[in-house]
Amino acid sequence: MEFDFSVIVNSMPALMRGAKTTIYITVAGLIGGVITGLLFGLMRAYGGRFINGIALVYIELVRGTPIIVQVMFIYFALPVLLEVRIDAMTAAITAITINAGAYIAEIVRGAFLSVPKGLTEAGLALGVPQWRVLAFVVGPVAFRRLIPPLGNQFIVSLKDTSLFIVIGVGELTRQGQEIMASNFRAVEIWTAVAAIYLVMIGIMTLALRLVEKRMRIL
Amino acid sequence: MTIIQFDKVTKRFGSTVVLDKVDLSISEGEVVVVIGPSGSGKSTLLRCINGLERIDGGDLRVDGLSVRGGRKDIRAIRREAGMVFQQFNLFPHLNALENVAFGPVHTRGMSHAEAHKIAEELLAKVGLSDRKFNTPAELSGGQQQRVAIARAMAVKPKLMLFDEPTSALDPELRQEVLKVMHTLAEEGMTMVVVTHEMAFARRVGTRLIFMENGLISADGPPAELLDNPPNQRLIDFLQHVE
Repeated sequence: MEFDFSVIVNSMPALMRGAKTTIYITVAGLIGGVITGLLFGLMRAYGGRFINGIALVYIELVRGTPIIVQVMFIYFALPVLLEVRIDAMTAAITAITINAGAYIAEIVRGAFLSVPKGLTEAGLALGVPQWRVLAFVVGPVAFRRLIPPLGNQFIVSLKDTSLFIVIGVGELTRQGQEIMASNFRAVEIWTAVAAIYLVMIGIMTLALRLVEKRMRIL
Repeated sequence: MTIIQFDKVTKRFGSTVVLDKVDLSISEGEVVVVIGPSGSGKSTLLRCINGLERIDGGDLRVDGLSVRGGRKDIRAIRREAGMVFQQFNLFPHLNALENVAFGPVHTRGMSHAEAHKIAEELLAKVGLSDRKFNTPAELSGGQQQRVAIARAMAVKPKLMLFDEPTSALDPELRQEVLKVMHTLAEEGMTMVVVTHEMAFARRVGTRLIFMENGLISADGPPAELLDNPPNQRLIDFLQHVE
């Protein structure tokens, strides 16, 4: 068989549209995921029994089920239950938000709890209110410890968007699948799709390295 | 004038009694050195004074405020009682200057410029003007502890609590910290110092307290207690540390 580059060139516009959608879902989903993760992570780390329990139920529900089932539930089951219409894009972003949120919550909890207790005590001993100690001592130190595992989750989430092929969102994998279905050039198309994912994740990794370098990990 | 008043203070961790109805009164200007075997309750005694440990029984007043009071009272007590820790506990993401300025900015709502001015003065006092832009990781243990003393001083406390300030330091770094503490004592600062530095106790301390099993078992002028220990336990203890 001959590797035909013109196939890739011809399908590039469609693949790029797919890549754009992938990036859009990832970025929007992760913004939601970070906010959700921060909220539930802090609930886990500092909440009383009840608050902690709520966060724990959410985290275990998400970690205990595959993301593909989660997105199917959001896209197909939720509309029936709530009698609302949910478009595929919203379902995809919501799925990343909820899924990444749970994992990020555990990352946040771990980072905050790994900050030595002595730092909190030193802040409190100055007469600084607890919330200020959390915001200006524990938070900044935890944030630096958060970056490496957070980067890992970003990469996982970006790749997870490829599963949304099942709800028909026009992301990168879906675009590849559709082109393939019309021209049957599996080798060229999937090579191109893989390469585009590699580039996207490569850029993400570089960006994370840069942040890591600028912020000394404490 | 009495500044710290322990009134039958009891503290338990689970079923272990760490402080057993302790009575103790400390006046302004005293330099009280607390010694005792590990687990005798001396660190807990210190940590109860600024409310880092809540007491389970009795009452403890600092400058008229009870540690059993509300959050506001506790914060007020903490501003009056600076604390220096064994592990320094400097904020690792801030440089020396920002560490010292942290208290004034976050307790008194002072502007950064004003707080930095105070911090500069205090760093000069502990001999670290040339290190103000260094982060804790770039400082030696002795330097870190001197920054920590400056940080505690920055909120202008009436008394200072030292929890084994030199125990984590190599012998050659201890003197620089002890010297700063000596200077503070000479300026009339009220100090409560948990330490194993007997030479410091003798030279700088105005009062020595020996604790064991959650009780104060000896209390008096340092030279007197060290030269003529009133009980066998103190004799045994002193043989171990000296």
